[in-house]
Amino acid sequence: MEPALDLLRVENIEVVYNDVVLVLKGLSLTVREGRITALLGANGAGKSTTLKAISGLLAGENGEVTDGSILYGDGSIHRQPPERTVRQGVFQVMEGRRVFEDLTVEENLRCGAFTRPTAEFAERLDRVYGYFPRLAERKAQLAGYMSGGEQQMLAIGRALMARPRLLLLDEPSLGLAPMLVEEIFSIIRTINEQEGVTILLVEQNARAALSIAEYGYIMENGRIVMDGEAAALLNNPDVQEFYLGMGHGGEKRSYRDVKHYRRRKRWLG
Amino acid sequence: MEFYLQLFISGLVIGSIYSLVALGFVIIYKATKVVNFAQGEMLMAGAYVCFALTVQAGLPFIASFLLTLAFSVLLGLCIERLILRPMIGEPIISVIMVTIGLSSVLKAVVQFFWGTDIRVYPEVLPTEPVMVAGVPVAPVYVAAFLLSLLLFAAFTLFFKYSRYGIAMRATAFDQQAAQSMGIGIKNIFALSWCIAAVVSSIGGVILGNINGINIQLGQLGLKVFPAVILGGLDSLLGAAIGGLAIGVLENVCGGLAKDLLGLGGFREVSAFIFLVLILMVKPYGLFGTRHIERV
Repeated sequence: MEPALDLLRVENIEVVYNDVVLVLKGLSLTVREGRITALLGANGAGKSTTLKAISGLLAGENGEVTDGSILYGDGSIHRQPPERTVRQGVFQVMEGRRVFEDLTVEENLRCGAFTRPTAEFAERLDRVYGYFPRLAERKAQLAGYMSGGEQQMLAIGRALMARPRLLLLDEPSLGLAPMLVEEIFSIIRTINEQEGVTILLVEQNARAALSIAEYGYIMENGRIVMDGEAAALLNNPDVQEFYLGMGHGGEKRSYRDVKHYRRRKRWLG
Repeated sequence: MEFYLQLFISGLVIGSIYSLVALGFVIIYKATKVVNFAQGEMLMAGAYVCFALTVQAGLPFIASFLLTLAFSVLLGLCIERLILRPMIGEPIISVIMVTIGLSSVLKAVVQFFWGTDIRVYPEVLPTEPVMVAGVPVAPVYVAAFLLSLLLFAAFTLFFKYSRYGIAMRATAFDQQAAQSMGIGIKNIFALSWCIAAVVSSIGGVILGNINGINIQLGQLGLKVFPAVILGGLDSLLGAAIGGLAIGVLENVCGGLAKDLLGLGGFREVSAFIFLVLILMVKPYGLFGTRHIERV
């Protein structure tokens, strides 16, 4: 059952912004074909940077991959223009949804299909409307007037239009109500199963992410500090304490524990 | 009254040329956020190239018109590739200064090849006037107006339905997100400069057929500012309507000022008086984007 192929291998990459700020410090991770892999971590750990390094969108922000390699399928996608990476089947859904607000829902979806032949457009569109019936209801509406949840659906639907092999999802839960988070995550799971799309999911909401992922990485300060099967991570006491907000046995925490927490974090890093 | 009707009609025709130039301006502004001060000079370059091909090389008008379009595509590509692309990431004011420099260079090159005299196109259309709303109008005016309308219709469809048209609008809204769709934004930039050069040079050729051309033609680029500010800097419909409105307003106001006050030359400044008034009353223009805010 387990597919043997590593679809994406990120090896020891370093990313520097503006020639000075070192954001990723030798980060490595592997994404198996067909799986959902979660990349977790706190604010500023470098999760989004990792995704942009893979998709090639770093260049627009004065970021640069200065070391290491990014292998996708049989070849390297390191330092190539983002449009080429998209054509090879790697599609990033950016943080904050980034829908084209001046365009209608359907025009947004057309943008997603930019790299695909016109012939398959209608069929893809039906599929996306199948996953997100609400988008079909609003296809002629301007995307800017939709709710946050609908915009997130549009952002994911737009990605599906491109028929990606590897989908990079950056914080799909950002700013959404818990009910919606659940809905979006179950759709992500469905997409992974039905479309056979491999997914690398970046999240701060560790519990939601690990509930649908098979494998997880935890990042701190530009490095991977821990990785493992999702179930193992969920049961790991450190993860429970630092990312899932559970204390041991639910006892009250004192300041000393917080110091202990910092010490432990450093050790992990 | 017939005098004003005539002013109105010739205003529409001049206005339709403003609209074309404004269209080019708006496309560049939308896609790249560059304010292109060389728009008028791009028009002039097209007009002179078409003149050279028709008169100096003796080609039939249609052939030289098509060649002029091809030349404009090349001109747009070269400007984008050689001048604008190295400026990506530089402060916007530097980029604007570069387009001002570009306008001087284009003017100098045209002067170098063709001097400063007025040059006249051969008659392409019959000179016998046709009657429009009871007023005699030269066929070249009618053709100019129809051609502009046709171009606007074509571009409206292009931006609404074509893959690249939609991609251009997407890029205008959010460049990085457009990149994440696999849209090569450098191609989009190049495409916008091409379209801008083509529509301006069509405007130039039309003007050449109406009035003849001289080195002052580039000044027309300045008239684009009242037009686009009236219409909204980033609206195609605004460019069309703004151009027409400014053309008509300046003609009619010029006529009124002459009749009532005995002021000559008011026509030239009236457009800029409107510019100031519009900015005071409606700074986004009639159709400009106000950002959608979700609360």
